[in-house]
Formats: sequence, C-alpha cells, structure tokens
Amino acid sequence: MAWRRLLLVASILGICQTAWSQSPTFGVGRAPTAEEIRAWDIAISPTGKELPPGQGTAKEGAALYVRKACAACHGVKGSSGGHAPTLIKGSEVPNTVPCLSPCVNDSNVMAIHSPYATVIWDYINRGMPLGKEGSLTPNEVYSLTAFLLFKNDVIKEDEVMDAQSLPKVKMPNRDGAALPPEWKHGEPRLQGYP
Amino acid sequence: MNSKKPNRRGFLKGGAALAGVAAGGAGLASGQTAGTPAKKLDELIAYGDRSRFVTSKRIPVAERHSPDEFGLTFHVLTPLQDSHGIITPSSLHYTATHRGAFVPDIDPKEHRLMIHGMVDRPLIFTMDELKRLPSVSRIHFIECLGNRARPTHKNVQETHGLTSCAEWTGVPLSLLLKEAGVQSAASWIVAEGAEEVKGNSSIPLAKAMDDCMVCYAQNGEPIRPQQGFPLRLMAPGFEGIYQIKYLRRIKVVDRFYMTYDDYGHINPDPKASALTHQIGPKSVITFPSGGHQLSGPGIYQISGLAWSGAGAIRSVEVSTDGGQSWKKAELQSPAYRMAHARFGLGWKWDGKECVLMSRCTDELGTVQPTRAEVAKFWNEPVDKVRVRGADNTVQPWRISSDGSVHNGMA
Repeated sequence: MAWRRLLLVASILGICQTAWSQSPTFGVGRAPTAEEIRAWDIAISPTGKELPPGQGTAKEGAALYVRKACAACHGVKGSSGGHAPTLIKGSEVPNTVPCLSPCVNDSNVMAIHSPYATVIWDYINRGMPLGKEGSLTPNEVYSLTAFLLFKNDVIKEDEVMDAQSLPKVKMPNRDGAALPPEWKHGEPRLQGYP
Repeated sequence: MNSKKPNRRGFLKGGAALAGVAAGGAGLASGQTAGTPAKKLDELIAYGDRSRFVTSKRIPVAERHSPDEFGLTFHVLTPLQDSHGIITPSSLHYTATHRGAFVPDIDPKEHRLMIHGMVDRPLIFTMDELKRLPSVSRIHFIECLGNRARPTHKNVQETHGLTSCAEWTGVPLSLLLKEAGVQSAASWIVAEGAEEVKGNSSIPLAKAMDDCMVCYAQNGEPIRPQQGFPLRLMAPGFEGIYQIKYLRRIKVVDRFYMTYDDYGHINPDPKASALTHQIGPKSVITFPSGGHQLSGPGIYQISGLAWSGAGAIRSVEVSTDGGQSWKKAELQSPAYRMAHARFGLGWKWDGKECVLMSRCTDELGTVQPTRAEVAKFWNEPVDKVRVRGADNTVQPWRISSDGSVHNGMA
C-alpha cells in the first residue's frame, strides 16, 4: 500500500537524520595518510582491539624497571616517597589526595585501581618515562605492564601479556566502573537528585 | 577675569610649547627613550599591564604544590575574592592538569587537528584552515571536578578557585564532524591533546554534536599556552578535564574508551557516575567571603557568581541569616548558558554575628542543594557526606561581630 511505502521512506529519512551523515560543504582540510593516522592513533579501549602485536612478562619488566630508570622517580619498590605516584600497593606513603573513585584496599595505586589492564598499557605507552614519552617499544610496554600487575598480585610472574591476554586480565576493580548514562541536551544530571 | 582660569593667551603659549616639543623635540624624546627600560616601553605601547597597586594573583592548591620536584604544574586557583563581572582575565584563569604537565611550546604553523575513526572522510586541518571556517564566540565557564575538594578551606580562592569564565572563539565541533561524515554506529568521541602526556577524554557524541567548540581564541586573543595554545576543545558545562588542551586529534568511536583521564571519574554506583560529566547548579558569594574584613556596621553590596552545566542561571537567592530566610538577588550580568552570572544584593549589616549564603536555580529549574539535602539523598550523615561529582552545595560564610569573615564550614 502506498501509505505504508511512504511511512517506510519517512522512517529511513529519519534514521539518516539521526546518523548526522551529510556531504562536506566547505572542502577545507585534506585526508590524512594511513601513516599519519597510525602514528597518532594511540588510544586503547577496554576491548584491547587497538593493541599492537608484541608481548612481555613480569621478569622482563623487572629488568626494564631498572634499565629505564623508573625507580629513580617511583622508588626501587614502587613506593614513591612523595616524588612520583606509587605503583605497587602496600608500599605507598599515605596519600593526601582523596581517591576519586572507590579505592582498592584503601589504595589509589593506578596499577590496580583501574578497572581494565588496558588503561595501564595505554598510560605507560603514552605518558612514560617522563621526558621521553612515546619512546618505549610495544614489547617493553607489555613487559612493564606485566611487572606492575604481578607485583600487585593480579597475575602470575610467568604469565605472558599480549594483545589477547591483557584485555582478559580480571582487575580487582573490574566492577568499579558504571558507565555514565546517555547525555541529553536540557536534562538534569540525575532525575531525583537534589 | 579669574586668574585661575586658563585664558586664550596662556593656551596659545602652552600650545606653542607643545608644538616645540613635537617639532624640535626629537632629542628630548630620544632622551626619554634612553631612560625608559624596554620592558616599561613594551608595557606602555606593545602590551598593557595592570596598575602596580593591583596585586590579585593565582595560587597553587595547597594539597599538590606547583611546580613540583619535576617542574610539573598541577592545579592553580583563580582569585575569585577580587573578581568583578563575569570574565576572568586570561592571566588569572585557573589551570589544572591531571598528572601535572609542562606547558608545551607549540608552533601553530606546525599544529594539526586530525578527525578520524568512524567517519566517511578522515580529515586533517592546519590552524589556518580551521580559521577559514565559520566561527562562533561564546562565554563559558570551566570548572574542575576537584573544585571544593575540601569544604573547610579558608577563603573563596581555595574553596571555589578552580572555576573561571572567558569568551571562547572557534569552530563548532558539529561542523567539523559533519565535514568528516560521522557514521551511524558511532556514539562517542575520544579527544586528545598534543602535550607530552597526550591527555584524552571520552565525550558522548550527542554532546559533541550539540555545543562543543574547537577554540583558537580566548578573551579576544589566541588562547594562552597554559590554556591550550593553539587549540582547545570546549565542552560547555562539562568538567574541566573534558576541555582538552593542545587538541590535535578527535577519534569517533562506538564506545566509552575508559581513558586514563576517564576512569577516575566514574564509579561503581550508576547514580554517582551520572553526576560526573555535567556540573550541577552552583553559586558562591565572592564578597564578603573568607578572609575579607568588614570595616563596621552599615551598607555593603553582597556580590557573587552563579553557574550551571545544564544551561543559564534563572535566579539567585541570598540568605543573611544562615538559611532561615532568602531574598532574591539581582542578576547584574547577562545570564549566558553554561557561563558565570554575577549576582548582587544590597545589605545592611547590624554588626552582629551572622551567616551569609547563596543558592541558584538554573534554566531547568534545578535548585543548588544544601549539604543536608545531598546527605539525605545518599542516606549518609551530613558531617560525613561525600558529595559525588563536583561539590555544588551551598557555601556559608560566617561574619564575626568584629567584621572578620570565615568559612562557615571550617
């Protein structure tokens, strides 16, 4: 029937509208090359699908922790002594900054506080070492991540961390993160909240 | 003729003398130049400075000093107690960084913005190209989640100084995303900076398409380096951490990416997570506030700021009796959406101890809560309640009988 077809067309148009797809109108800017995208595309999601090939273990990480001078700022045992954030639980000096999310065993140590191990990999890869950010190879980042997970009793010393195993690591705070609700224009943050 | 009045002859004489300076006074002028330090000349001509009698300045937060042993800057507070109107001078705008940061020295000619991910046409823009696109200028506040991390700080700079308000100019993000052609399965963006730690946050696509801006100017000049030069994302009304500085990349994705800057802001309780994106309605009296001294009983103008992440401020009420009664304050500035609004109220102080408070209502009709109301919602004792999201509860200032002003919660 004609009106049904009309309804179908209307609903498809509606979907297209919500998809925000439309033709370019200004023609300013250019397409990045695949190499340009690859060089900058460093964000790792909890799925780990963006992780590069490579692997590492806690033993290799322990050697790197010394060789890359991590200990100079984070302390030999991962205890900061007030200079750089604490990396290994139980060794931290009392933190004056309150935990933003619920702490794990009263600890704000990032390596176990984050709900997914991918966050640790991502952060070491993008932000460490201070002053030489981005200089670590994927194998080195896998090894250092494995070292921190082992020292915090999350994995065993001989567990190999790679693009498949890392996202599967069950972090102590895995259930410590409810996603924020869908955001809508003109709505309060939480219905019923004063 | 009154001898004190300048007569025409005197005027002509003076004029001739001035002309002499102008015509033959090159030696005198150069003599002045030699005696005037370059910095002073620069201030007189190239870039103006404030009076030496004006000393208002930012301070680092007490809990994490800046710069630290590594030279990193953490959180630096705006002197709200000295503020007038709604615009924070760029030099006094608060600054905050998650892990602490060095201010990058970015050459705008080399800077690029890339938009990629779930788009039909990935795009890369130079700064000049971005400036060829239609721009908008809007006045917006920014506030750090950590603003009022402790309710007991002494003055309004310490309690509320992690918010500032400026005019921001740039290209609507929706325009850039439409140019790239967002695919239908997309639901979030990840925005990322170019500084050494490449700070990044996940932002809902609905927000990105609604009112986010890619900004290159603040208060009429290029954004200051501490504020993200040459390019900063503005996500109006969202916590400061979403206003990505040194913006170089926007990836369109289909999930919350749980970045390093994201994960500390969410919570196992969905109700608490819901309070972390957008800033609730909030106001504070900036005069009189902690540390101020009233000279004696009499007339004063109570002044303060109100803002909301949900839109414009509709009204502000002030109490001078610790919340027993409320009077409607006057809105003394335009009430822009997601911007500071200045309110005021004339008040006669009788010299007795009293408590001043303000509370605002935003365009959704949401009223700024008291701490007791928040405690009731979470079923926690009022003296122990942890306010989830940015603490937007009512701030009391206690006036002692000697005119000194103190934090009513300290």
